Amino acid sequence: MRREIPLGITIFVGFLAIISFFCPPIEGLGEDFTLFFDIIAVFAFFLGGGNLVRIHASKLIKHKADWAYSIVTLVGFFVMLAVGLFKIGNPGGISASLTAPGSLFSILYMNLHLPLGSTMYALLAFYVASASYRAFRAKNLEATVLLVAAFIILLGSTPFGQMLTFWMPDSLDLLEIPNLAVWIMSSPNLAGQRAIMIGIGLGVVSMSLRLILGIERTYLGEDRG
Amino acid sequence: MSRASIVVLVLVCVAFAASWVVRAGANEGDAAVRDAFLVTLAAFLTLAIFSFMYRDNPYYKFAEHLFVGVSAAYWMCMGFWSTIVGNLVPRISESLSDFFQVPYSGGGLDFGLFYFSYRYFYLIPIILGILLLMRLVPKAGWISRWPLAFIVGTFAGLNLVRYLQSDFIIQISASFVPLFVDWHGFGHFFSGLSLAANGQFVAMLSNLVVFLGVICGLIYFFFSKEHVGWFGGASRLGIWILMITFGASFGYTVMGRISLLVGRLTFLFGDWLGIIG
Amino acid sequence: MGNIGVILMLVLIGGGLLWLFIRALRGREVDRRVVFAFILVSVALPLLLTITFEMKPTPVVEALYDRIDSLPSGSRILISFDFDPPMAPEVQPMADVITRHVLAKGHKAIFMTLWATGQSQFNVTLQDVIRADFPEKVEGVDWVNLGYKAGNEGVLNVIRTDFKKMFPTDVNTIPWDSIPILRGIRSCSDFELVISVGGGKPGVKEWVLFVGDPTGVPTAGGVAAVVAPMLYPYYPRQMCGILGGIKAAAEYEDHFRKNYPVFSDMKTPALVMMGPQTVAHVVILAFIVIGNVLFFVARRKEVRR
Repeated sequence: MRREIPLGITIFVGFLAIISFFCPPIEGLGEDFTLFFDIIAVFAFFLGGGNLVRIHASKLIKHKADWAYSIVTLVGFFVMLAVGLFKIGNPGGISASLTAPGSLFSILYMNLHLPLGSTMYALLAFYVASASYRAFRAKNLEATVLLVAAFIILLGSTPFGQMLTFWMPDSLDLLEIPNLAVWIMSSPNLAGQRAIMIGIGLGVVSMSLRLILGIERTYLGEDRG
Repeated sequence: MSRASIVVLVLVCVAFAASWVVRAGANEGDAAVRDAFLVTLAAFLTLAIFSFMYRDNPYYKFAEHLFVGVSAAYWMCMGFWSTIVGNLVPRISESLSDFFQVPYSGGGLDFGLFYFSYRYFYLIPIILGILLLMRLVPKAGWISRWPLAFIVGTFAGLNLVRYLQSDFIIQISASFVPLFVDWHGFGHFFSGLSLAANGQFVAMLSNLVVFLGVICGLIYFFFSKEHVGWFGGASRLGIWILMITFGASFGYTVMGRISLLVGRLTFLFGDWLGIIG
Repeated sequence: MGNIGVILMLVLIGGGLLWLFIRALRGREVDRRVVFAFILVSVALPLLLTITFEMKPTPVVEALYDRIDSLPSGSRILISFDFDPPMAPEVQPMADVITRHVLAKGHKAIFMTLWATGQSQFNVTLQDVIRADFPEKVEGVDWVNLGYKAGNEGVLNVIRTDFKKMFPTDVNTIPWDSIPILRGIRSCSDFELVISVGGGKPGVKEWVLFVGDPTGVPTAGGVAAVVAPMLYPYYPRQMCGILGGIKAAAEYEDHFRKNYPVFSDMKTPALVMMGPQTVAHVVILAFIVIGNVLFFVARRKEVRR
């Protein structure tokens, strides 16, 4: 029964989601079930937070490697949680928006979350530069085609592209780098992306069918004991 | 801690204090000191993350761990107030709605002969949510499969119809483009033949590339037939179209990543150091 | 002084690239930290020199601009802030200029978000655009912020047919029925245009799949550059405009301030970012060339051996 009930839930909810598209009288029920999904998603956030606390508390108690940093994680977590859950320092009180300008929650977001999150991803600029220098090699014809396309797109998104080819006559203005970049995006890129999209779309449809019909059960995990 | 580490820590603290004092002096208003502290903190956290480019170090680890904790709590709080308090509480309890100062909506499922109040109906996601939290308990973790099944079933049901319509049927339909555009005969075509971006030839070329490109790209992904002969040739064309696609994606990826760095440097030079407007 | 700075910058960066190229011809690589320092200088110097360029809008950008401009004044436009801090440098300028355009045209703006961080990012637009440039606009009458709801596609599935069910109040817990701007709105079909600004999941793609296609409401997107190529198959049948990356944001900003002279002095963060972007692109292209020179030199040495 540990696997049959969840399978039954998946089949029932999946069919309901599909049928509610085609059957207006039960559209409301479909909306309510979708709202259930949204509420359960929030519990998933709580699960994530709880798991974070469990892992870092365990590291701290057992003095595993880098345990001191777990204190940082836990302090940051609980401070933000307390400020957010109890709306501490919110000028509008309990009914105001959690992220009201001037609220302590908003201040912590703008000065902790925002700079840390942005900078984490800004590191990628360095890695993309390093990859351009070390990894992007024109080893064969296909790779060369890829690099030439990248060249045109990169040049086309700068004024240098216009400067290099502004002299082209009107009858050849497709060969102006900015126009060529636009054409590449709207024609061959579109074609390739559409082919990939159709393939992925078919994959999603077949996987969804497998899940709803109970053929695919890997999400249920293994039975132990 | 080594002597070098202590020296670096002292220097960081001195720099932090100096920045705070200088910014506080430059700011105006009641919150000048507080704002100076906050912008200095944000700048130092930014530099701590950037220090990873030299090598992994305690300042980077500190910033990384802080980010993990703050981020997890942020999403929990937002989820709680927006959806639990915003959508669940108003349906199940009038007293809780009064406590959280949200308007009570009540309501229920009305099927004519049958009415099921939301007060009881919306206990279902609460129960499923609590079962999901059982995942934290090793021996009771198996019960979390029920809400997981609910999530998987909803996703599967929603995505099946939507991907089928938008990413399959409409995409195929959109690929049937006219191969002859603005056709007024061969004379008109050859007399006006040019590579003008808005010209007839380029319009026809674009449609041909889209039509053939989609077909050949799909042929490349069809592995149930050997890629030889005309099928292999079409597959080869598909590869080239896909290489152009990936090249375009790479170009845009570079643009995107550089923008993130520009954004951070704008903060450091503008908001922190005040050397750009 | 500015021109001297530009010349010095070009000499420094050009000289450095030439040095790398000569090393590559000799088959010698450089440490990756030199590459990192190079890209840092390539971005920092143009930013300090505040180099900007004029931008001409591309067709997909102009399409969105024309759509907003051609709607009759008072049209209701739903704008969703679906992004987080990592995407903000690219898409926040888009969100700001689109909001400015919508309000300048006299449309009604309804804001919401599918990302928890989007609600905080909206505050930036609120301070820098709505409160700064449109102090006469009244919350609840000219614009409203509905806030965030968890659930990704689930949220879209509900608002597709019943908006109030998902958003019974605005972000300040004011009931739906008490908000004048929302009168007459039952579902997404009642909007004249839906714009999603973001780049992850859920994002523009989900808006097209779950709202745009089922309801037929015109849908547009402002996205991070990484995501932009993937949205072209939706244009123009399923999307009426795409802003892809900081370049598109810069194009929109330039186009907008030229057509709305009253905003000619507005902040144009995207245009300012195009200076460093341009130099960095050229440096990246040079790295690709130098890297390939290294590759071919090494291969030739191997062949000789």
